[in-house]
Amino acid sequence: MSTGVYGAYGGRYVPETLVPALDELEQGYKLALRDPAFAAELEELGSRYVGRPTPLYDAERFASGGRRILLKREDLCHTGAHKINNAVGQALLATRLGKQRIVAETGAGQHGVATATVCARSGLECVVYMGSEDMRRQHPNVERMRLLGAEVQPVEFGTRTLKEATSEAIRDWISNVETTYYLIGSCVGPHPYPAIVRRLQSVIGREARKQALEMVGRLPEAVVACVGGGSNAIGLFAGFVEDHQVRLVGVEAAGAASLAGGRTAVLHGARSSVLADEDGQILDAHSISAGLDYPGVGPEHAFLRDSGRAEYVTATDEEALAAFHRLAETEGILPALEPAHALARALDLDAEVVLVGLSGRGDKDLGEVLAR
Amino acid sequence: MKTLVIYLMAGHETPELASAVEAGGADVLEIGFPFSDPLADGPVVRRAAERALAAGMRTAACLECLRDVGKRIDLPLVPMTYAALLEAYGWERFASDARAAGATSLIVADLPADEQPELRRVQLVAPTTTDERIALAAEHTDGWLYLVTVTGTTGARSELSPALAPLVERTRRVTDVPLYAGFGVSNPAQAAAAAELADGVVVGSAALLAAEDGPQALEAFVSQLRAALA
Repeated sequence: MSTGVYGAYGGRYVPETLVPALDELEQGYKLALRDPAFAAELEELGSRYVGRPTPLYDAERFASGGRRILLKREDLCHTGAHKINNAVGQALLATRLGKQRIVAETGAGQHGVATATVCARSGLECVVYMGSEDMRRQHPNVERMRLLGAEVQPVEFGTRTLKEATSEAIRDWISNVETTYYLIGSCVGPHPYPAIVRRLQSVIGREARKQALEMVGRLPEAVVACVGGGSNAIGLFAGFVEDHQVRLVGVEAAGAASLAGGRTAVLHGARSSVLADEDGQILDAHSISAGLDYPGVGPEHAFLRDSGRAEYVTATDEEALAAFHRLAETEGILPALEPAHALARALDLDAEVVLVGLSGRGDKDLGEVLAR
Repeated sequence: MKTLVIYLMAGHETPELASAVEAGGADVLEIGFPFSDPLADGPVVRRAAERALAAGMRTAACLECLRDVGKRIDLPLVPMTYAALLEAYGWERFASDARAAGATSLIVADLPADEQPELRRVQLVAPTTTDERIALAAEHTDGWLYLVTVTGTTGARSELSPALAPLVERTRRVTDVPLYAGFGVSNPAQAAAAAELADGVVVGSAALLAAEDGPQALEAFVSQLRAALA
């Protein structure tokens, strides 16, 4: 049996061509973890480039009924979302592996922007695959990537969203594997990607736990994060997973509920909970938020669901929009539509202190919000 | 004589096309069971898969197609598909139902030798595969090894991949099983060049394109490939 399994989930369901590259990545990652210079460089970039630690903010007017809602402000990271935590770390890995060309997929464009950003900083060639429907929905991010020197490749088939963009990025990687590093944006894909992304995003949970203790003198009863592929949620949950009294709540888009409504299936190199039909064919996801519009999810989330350690609920497009407006009007913060799903569910949790991952800012979504 | 393997996508016309493949002189027929997200496939196979799915070619229909093809021709039949279909259908159940429908073996494009090792199938090796992994694939493979000639996805290339010769040489060192070369073999000249190195060739995307013009065109194309390998 292969490594990298989370209970029944995970693994490496990829063409043989990629297996040696995954072995090489795993080896390079293990060496990096043992190298104090890697940790030091990551730390340095985190504080001087990304803007860490990000604040924990007590959203008093947004909360109601005596409840406290603490927002982990990943929207204040450089480039406006948590995606940069992962991109910075993986770009360091790519450089250590001697790769000069980076491919990535993007849905909302936040991971594409983060990848284009770190490539510009490191002088790496950058190609980002993006569904043409997402290019329309998230046009400012397309322009941003181009200004950063990345080549944005439209993906014109299937749903023209994140699923197809991911498949195309993987096909590019298959064709250029000797020179190219695949910088995946979420805790999905074949082993060791889910483990690498979790590790790089776990800084969110580590900081949040410490900040919550400082701010309210105790742990929150619940930690809430939106889940598309699940990287900001896995990073936030990582800080609290050992604190068994803390509820971990993942919020999916109602039309893309891989955990709440999926079945065990294989997508993009891993077995996980996926929106698929009874024959294993992948179904289309639907969400107002391009970042959640994905039929799969990281294998560790499927494992956390089955084990009962985390629970997964959904929010509709309308609920997310209402939470978006409420946060804007009560706190002066425009959230991305993705974490607006988490905000929507945080409001109806029966808890005194709720910590919410505010994974990104909403500038990219203004067109979508104003069109409603 | 070198072995000629032809790939067709499962569909309503496949039995008739399979007869043309046999008449053209092929030795083995691979039948694609379409998957919605085929990572190893280039545009031609991907388009064929999309059409097949739109025409209702789900797993049960594909097995039915396999059975119908088996009634018409005597060639060994090898379904080629993706792990997602087996995961949904049940790994062993898929293998046994495919055998019952006439399959002689199985190819799963995204299942490296160390995943689901107990499932008997034709293993693939690629130019990037290490010697250690070639040995693993050779040890587990079912009958022959599928040599992926290119570092890339399926589909035509302008020339035969220079990576094939060293791959054949490395593979020969560890195994005596027949080696059939595929991915990027699209015309008689390339097939002849590949067959000088390997024991056989697999032609997929180019056969699908020929099949679009009907059974006669497909038979003519297969005959040309056959003549080039003779």
